[in-house]
Amino acid sequence: MRDLEAALRARRDAGGRAFVPYVTGGLPGADAELLRALAEAGADAIEVGIPFSDPVMDGGVIQEASRRALEAGARPLRVIATVAEADVDVPVVLMTYYNPVLRLGEERFLEAAVDAGVAGVIVPDLPVDEAEGWRERCLACGVAPLFLAAPGSSPVRFRRIAEAARGFVYCVSTYGVTGEREELAGTAEEVVAALRPLTDVPLLVGVGIGTPEQAAAACAFADGVIVGSAIVRRLVAGDRDGALELARAFRAAVPRSGA
Amino acid sequence: MAPPELPDPRGRFGPYGGRYVPEVLIPALEELAAAWAELREDPMFRGELAALLRDYVGRPSPLTYAGRLSEALGYRIYLKREDLNHTGAHKINNTLGQVLLAKRLGKSRVIAETGAGQHGVATATAAALFGLPCVVYMGEEDTRRQAPNVERMRLLGAEVVAVTAGQRTLKEAINEAMRDWAATVRHTHYVFGTAAGPSPFPALVRDLQRVIGDEAREQFREAEGRDPDAVVACVGGGSNAIGTFAAFIGVPGVTLYGIEAGGRGEGVGEHCRSLTLGEPGVLHGAYSYLLQDADGQVAATHSISAGLDYPGVGPEHSYLKDAGLARYEAATDREALEGFRALATLEGILPALEPAHAIGWLLRRPLPEGSRVLVCLSGRGDKDLETVRRALAAEGADAGA
Repeated sequence: MRDLEAALRARRDAGGRAFVPYVTGGLPGADAELLRALAEAGADAIEVGIPFSDPVMDGGVIQEASRRALEAGARPLRVIATVAEADVDVPVVLMTYYNPVLRLGEERFLEAAVDAGVAGVIVPDLPVDEAEGWRERCLACGVAPLFLAAPGSSPVRFRRIAEAARGFVYCVSTYGVTGEREELAGTAEEVVAALRPLTDVPLLVGVGIGTPEQAAAACAFADGVIVGSAIVRRLVAGDRDGALELARAFRAAVPRSGA
Repeated sequence: MAPPELPDPRGRFGPYGGRYVPEVLIPALEELAAAWAELREDPMFRGELAALLRDYVGRPSPLTYAGRLSEALGYRIYLKREDLNHTGAHKINNTLGQVLLAKRLGKSRVIAETGAGQHGVATATAAALFGLPCVVYMGEEDTRRQAPNVERMRLLGAEVVAVTAGQRTLKEAINEAMRDWAATVRHTHYVFGTAAGPSPFPALVRDLQRVIGDEAREQFREAEGRDPDAVVACVGGGSNAIGTFAAFIGVPGVTLYGIEAGGRGEGVGEHCRSLTLGEPGVLHGAYSYLLQDADGQVAATHSISAGLDYPGVGPEHSYLKDAGLARYEAATDREALEGFRALATLEGILPALEPAHAIGWLLRRPLPEGSRVLVCLSGRGDKDLETVRRALAAEGADAGA
């Protein structure tokens, strides 16, 4: 947990912004070597998804990636093992829907995550209201419980999310599911502005950041960006080089320091 | 002792239920829960809904004594005729209530998922009645096997979106409706069709469907001078069953039976027996019994009836099962077909394949001789004629081989 939040804070303290690419674990091509290459491309942290049969928070690209990953035999513990195998020098966070966690058992899931060096876990269908036990377990083993904030949340909810958050807050930029958009939604800045007075935890914008330009725009108010579908779309197409090239372009658009 | 008033303030039926959805949907669910807490007791709202149910749906629906079926089985069987409602199933009880609610919330568009198409038709109907645009998500496989209902929805002015993901049935339709809702939640109400999903839907749908049980209990007492020994209803997501059971939960001497779709066997992907073969998990916003694999991936399902073809079940059923307040059994595709035929030839009623499972289960004579039985006949069979014709033809071919 310290790794993740400390790394993101250090980036912010230097006047820079964080770049966090997402890949669907178990997707052919999304192997340990790719995670190392993303780290080399300048990622501040890497988000690895555990594919789920019913990804309701995800748009077409990540749905397709999840389907292919499952078809290729992806399993939660194997995805976690890939994180261990990659052994990258930047923090890795997992993204998983709740049922695979529940099935394995929260404690067993976290044990495996800790053993693999995972720094945080995002569970998009586990809002703060349902996450009390989960959050305690995460904190007890030094894994950051990562929560989503979204447009339309009430001030009371923003406060609860801010209080629960460790590592970073995943600020969902817009109404809807993951996937590239024509433009960065105005709601992204509203979510960040609502949370800023409530917490010092880094605020990262995700969902709908499809181009380096959009990432740069988000970095005017957020502490960093999470980029998923744009990268995964290239991986699904078998264009690993293109995915890495895009990651480097995002890194170039997301400042490393204030200089 | 009467069972506790459920769900609790956190939307739980014992350990089941809850609100496992992305943050973006939480405000709408909170708003919906607050509105329903107020309106369910509001005389104006209740009056408006009651008038619609009477003048538009044709309630109360009759309770029919099934004399020849009773004689054949040695029971006294009564059918609660939800098949005679406008649009041909119990689904309209729920959609009129939810669309009224949507109007009160100031929503300008409604969406729905549908399996058999009955909920889609009922939502499209309510949307037409109240002048709201309506989009219905339906698995592509279901658009094929329930084609007449696709036509109905379109004629009612709804847009039907065929969902091509996964197994192309009800589960995927719900996934896609939830994605739509995440993007449109400010102005759109999601008319959830069954007593599952995130809180407050399980309680909201039950409250709107309990008119079935309330009417039936009164009618049954009038006919028999007492409560039934057994109440039987099919269970997919479980809305007709929970609506029927609601009037009888914890009543001494009344045993509740929920009949799941047993499909063609007990192997993975051959059935929809979440309560009788599944284990608790989280799907579509609620913790409840679920068909899943060792990794928590949701399992494939099969049923001859699209309306029961779902790997999950409403959380109140999970609670009733664990608490011993209801029993859950299964009837196979073949038994459902036998139930369909029995009701057609003995009673002159073509049931939907969903409640045909309840009839098919009764054909096994699982109850003591002379039992007084209430069956929820949740819908009519017009939509299923093609499926039944094909299945019977295949059976004939098997028999001839």
